[in-house]
Amino acid sequence: MPYRYLEDIALADAAFEAWGTTVEEMFIAAADATMNVMVEELATIHRDREIRLEVEHDALDILLFKFLNELIFYKDAERLLLRVESVTITRHPSLFTLHSVACGEELNPARHALSADVKAVTLHRFKVEQTEEGWKATVILDI
Amino acid sequence: MPMPSEIKRISDTVWELPTSYKEGMQVPARIFATEKLMHEMDAGVFDQVTNVACLPGIVKYAYCMPDGHWGYGFPIGGTAAMDPEKGVISPGGIGFDINCGMRLVLTNLTYDEVKPRLHQLVDRLYYRVPAGVGSHGFVKVSHDEFCRVVEQGSRWCQHHGYAWPEDLAMTEEGGCFEGADASKITVKAIERGYNQLGTLGSGNHYLEIQVAKPGNIFDEETARAFGITLPDQVVVMFHCGSRGFGHQVATDYLQTFLAVMERKYGIRVGDRELACAPFRSREGQDYFAAMKCAVNMAFANRQVILHRIREVFADVFSRDPTDLGMNMVYDVAHNTAKLEKHLVDGQKRELLMHRKGATRAFGPGMEGLPECYRETGQPVIIGGSMETGSYLLAGVKSGDQSFYTTAHGSGRTMSRHQAKRQFRGEKLQREMEARGIYVKSVSWGGLAEEAGAAYKNIDEVVEATELAGLSRRVVKLVPIGNVKG
Repeated sequence: MPYRYLEDIALADAAFEAWGTTVEEMFIAAADATMNVMVEELATIHRDREIRLEVEHDALDILLFKFLNELIFYKDAERLLLRVESVTITRHPSLFTLHSVACGEELNPARHALSADVKAVTLHRFKVEQTEEGWKATVILDI
Repeated sequence: MPMPSEIKRISDTVWELPTSYKEGMQVPARIFATEKLMHEMDAGVFDQVTNVACLPGIVKYAYCMPDGHWGYGFPIGGTAAMDPEKGVISPGGIGFDINCGMRLVLTNLTYDEVKPRLHQLVDRLYYRVPAGVGSHGFVKVSHDEFCRVVEQGSRWCQHHGYAWPEDLAMTEEGGCFEGADASKITVKAIERGYNQLGTLGSGNHYLEIQVAKPGNIFDEETARAFGITLPDQVVVMFHCGSRGFGHQVATDYLQTFLAVMERKYGIRVGDRELACAPFRSREGQDYFAAMKCAVNMAFANRQVILHRIREVFADVFSRDPTDLGMNMVYDVAHNTAKLEKHLVDGQKRELLMHRKGATRAFGPGMEGLPECYRETGQPVIIGGSMETGSYLLAGVKSGDQSFYTTAHGSGRTMSRHQAKRQFRGEKLQREMEARGIYVKSVSWGGLAEEAGAAYKNIDEVVEATELAGLSRRVVKLVPIGNVKG
């Protein structure tokens, strides 16, 4: 699993690092890391519904911020637990656009071992960076 | 965690970081804590409270309360008074869970009367007050009606039969911040929250049945004024906020402020989570009006939950809730920004008070308190961990040193993942039951995260607020039943 939770910062919340060879892979890893705070076994989420997510921003890090916020939105608005299956990011002269397909199902406490609810993505220490191996994001979620 | 070497001890419980500590600090930072609690503060607190001290228009000091810990933007326990004309408003100084707060409700039942029905009571409350990830509430409203809820707060609840008239008087600001404007909130915020009225949420949110034991009364006269009159009297305390609606309002405006802060207003901050705008700017005023909607959603949420609690008690005890004496002690917010009048160097000034994980604690005689609390000072409800107990405090005159602000809870000392590794939810539930606390949770993992050992000692935190002169202890309340999200 291409993410790990950080224990020495923001004790009351949930901090993680997610990575990938490409920026798109890293976005998918960050989505799973966010969902895994709420659902203990991601494999228990069935592929019943498909949702298309589209966000845009002129900064790549805020693009990730908005993307993760979409998942949190669907969790509350439609009680949907989603796993991101594909991400395509296009760079325009002064804009990044993201198209993504996410699949999942309505949460069911009988089948999904639920953990803490994610309230929001914070911008505290929020970082997207290119590394020797690819891309890495550092994110603190408000619990 | 070693304290920064620049820290000055002003008194036994007041510590100061001077403006020389960090470039850009407009005022010093003050932390209220005993020496022991100071050593337990994590590094994030010192960094974050001094970031707050850099914000334009901050007055006197950036404060952190004794339960302070590493948050985002402001530390949790962070408090700042801003000059409304020259200062800023920042969602990072309020938190995503706008008007997260505490409500305390009385009963005239004693522990002996409740004990035989405790399981039934907790089980019913668990089913009747939805909790946990993505839970939807029992109050069904349309988008348009939800806009009325967020503009009217507890008043909407009263019009719809979810409140006793006296509940509103016992809620901070009467359960409605004036000036809430639903035209300043996004459709997304409405879609995210309109079906969550009457839900607890998760994390450290809970609904607890507690007992006021005779040995835990610190001030009998004030306890009586607050309605604690019987030995082993049972009370109900709950902790929750504005749910997904408030979280979305804060997320939306964080992005609005980020886009204009530097480009339009030339403001730079040490942490993007402190994104802000001048209070008097269009963006600042829009956020203030939207934030008030979230404040009112949280008041309404706690009000309809109280309605449900009364129904459950009435069912279980086959008595009317009025007959059970289920009056509110108080409802107090701990994540807000509001305009208040305070003395600054002898002059009365209007200030925009940001409190994030910090509770307003008005002293005796202050305006804005219900008549019955004018002499005692404001009831302050401090939630401890589910294992250790909570407190009812009172505001004091010497609270003027923090613009009448005190702590809000215990403050974490262990990460959620560490707690989950160290404790098992099922085992914790059994151990707590053996100690006389029946807990029911949506999530074993969530339960383990909230183990008492993951928090600072609540007794030390409230004692520190008393030693520092921010508030005084009235009653310690110990849990016997708990519903956790």
